[in-house]
Amino acid sequence: MRSPLKGVAAYVTHSFEEVGRFVATTVEVFKWTLRPPYRAGLLVQQMETIGVKSLFVVFLTAAFTGLVMVLQTTSLLAKFQAEGLVGSSVALAVTRELGPVFTALMVTGRAGSAMATELGTMRVTEQIDALSTMAVNPVQYLIVPRVIASMLMMPVLAAIFDVVSFFGSYVMGVWMLGIDQGVFVARTRHYLDPIDITSGLYKAVVFGAIVALISCDKGFRAEGGAKGVGEATTKAVVVSSVAILIADYFLNVLMTNYLPGYLLGGPR
Amino acid sequence: MNGEGAAIEIRDLCKRFGENEVLKGISLRVEHGSTTVILGASGSGKSVLIKHVIGLLRPDSGEIWIEGEAIAQAGERRLNEVRRKFGMVFQGAALFDSMTVGENVAFPLREHLSLSEREIRAIVTEKLNLFGLFGVEDKYPAELSGGMRKRVGLARAIVLNPGMILYDEPTTGLDPIATENVNGMIVEAREKLQVTSVVISHDIGAAFAVADAIAVLHDGRIVEYGAPAAVRASEHPHVRQFLSTWFSRV
Repeated sequence: MRSPLKGVAAYVTHSFEEVGRFVATTVEVFKWTLRPPYRAGLLVQQMETIGVKSLFVVFLTAAFTGLVMVLQTTSLLAKFQAEGLVGSSVALAVTRELGPVFTALMVTGRAGSAMATELGTMRVTEQIDALSTMAVNPVQYLIVPRVIASMLMMPVLAAIFDVVSFFGSYVMGVWMLGIDQGVFVARTRHYLDPIDITSGLYKAVVFGAIVALISCDKGFRAEGGAKGVGEATTKAVVVSSVAILIADYFLNVLMTNYLPGYLLGGPR
Repeated sequence: MNGEGAAIEIRDLCKRFGENEVLKGISLRVEHGSTTVILGASGSGKSVLIKHVIGLLRPDSGEIWIEGEAIAQAGERRLNEVRRKFGMVFQGAALFDSMTVGENVAFPLREHLSLSEREIRAIVTEKLNLFGLFGVEDKYPAELSGGMRKRVGLARAIVLNPGMILYDEPTTGLDPIATENVNGMIVEAREKLQVTSVVISHDIGAAFAVADAIAVLHDGRIVEYGAPAAVRASEHPHVRQFLSTWFSRV
């Protein structure tokens, strides 16, 4: 019988191998991003796939996030007769955290899973080998455009999330809960700084890289037919989602220390 | 110089994956313009061998010369130049399923040459017609039969006029008529294009139908090599047993 210690050792070794392979892929992607040829057509195509086709799901998520956040925040702030702060509270939460994080999670579910499935299928049907035999580097052809497109489109989607979510919160706060429109808007404008919006967009760029790199890496290394592709897709979604949340914490720590005006980063 | 005069020369090639030693000192010489079939059962190391020839895998030891040039330790850029001497036809054709047949065949042209769309269309049509494919440019690979997909794969493989074509299990999964057609296609490719062909297969009938030379691979070693008649007369026990599975039926 296999000893538990050996099992743990094998798991740790496997985990280090996975991390090592991921780092190697990331280095390859960086290297091939700088080298010609630059395939603008593929980049635009991926921007459409990742960005434009994710619009609807981001739109829906943002609208309902705004509605629910106002509902919850109002019930809390009403205890302190501070309903006027609802708009600003929600706007700050959305621009700094919920916008980029929810957008990244939605893109992971929609585009990340599609990337892993597509590249996984290409791997098991030898289409990736075919690219290599035709003297086309598969990392440069398949992964680089997806990573760049994801890094470009994620902040755009996060910005759209911010705007739609604000409208959602306005509808719930002003139209449905009867908060004064002037107070709602004025307080939001007063408390919301440009740094709150831009910090969220910076995060979105990093999340874009994380989603595309992990999803492409999992698909690129799929093996074992349809089952392997399915496993690669599941891993891509789970690992990307967890990585986004972990990265969010570290980005917050980094920004608090190095981004002037962010959270505890000094007086406004 | 090593590898001189041969299209492909492999010497003492070894490859191991973990504990599994797949290739145990393969040596093989493929002459210009010939069709060499590497024949072996599943798991004998055929696919691993052909992936070394085109640089998809690096050997643990040994050397591979392509037209006199050593590639075992070549860098990515040099390897890509060598790869352009080859066309490869994959077992499942490996056509890009998001592209039409025309786009698949045009892919190497668009990647490596600066041609007008009109010139690309003309070349694509010419290469498809060469293997009896007419009016399929706008179809997707999923709309074609297995045999037709292999033909499209061959059209894509030869579109840059390579000097060598590698076939990975070209007749696997095909019915007898489609197998006949693919064998005809391999012979046609050699006759019309004067290319060097390397076919890996476990299909004994197909091997004897197309080969100038046959190498029998068993347990990571080449156990027999020669003209089809000489291989058929082999005294090697594995070769006799392997060939008897086919020749006892015909």
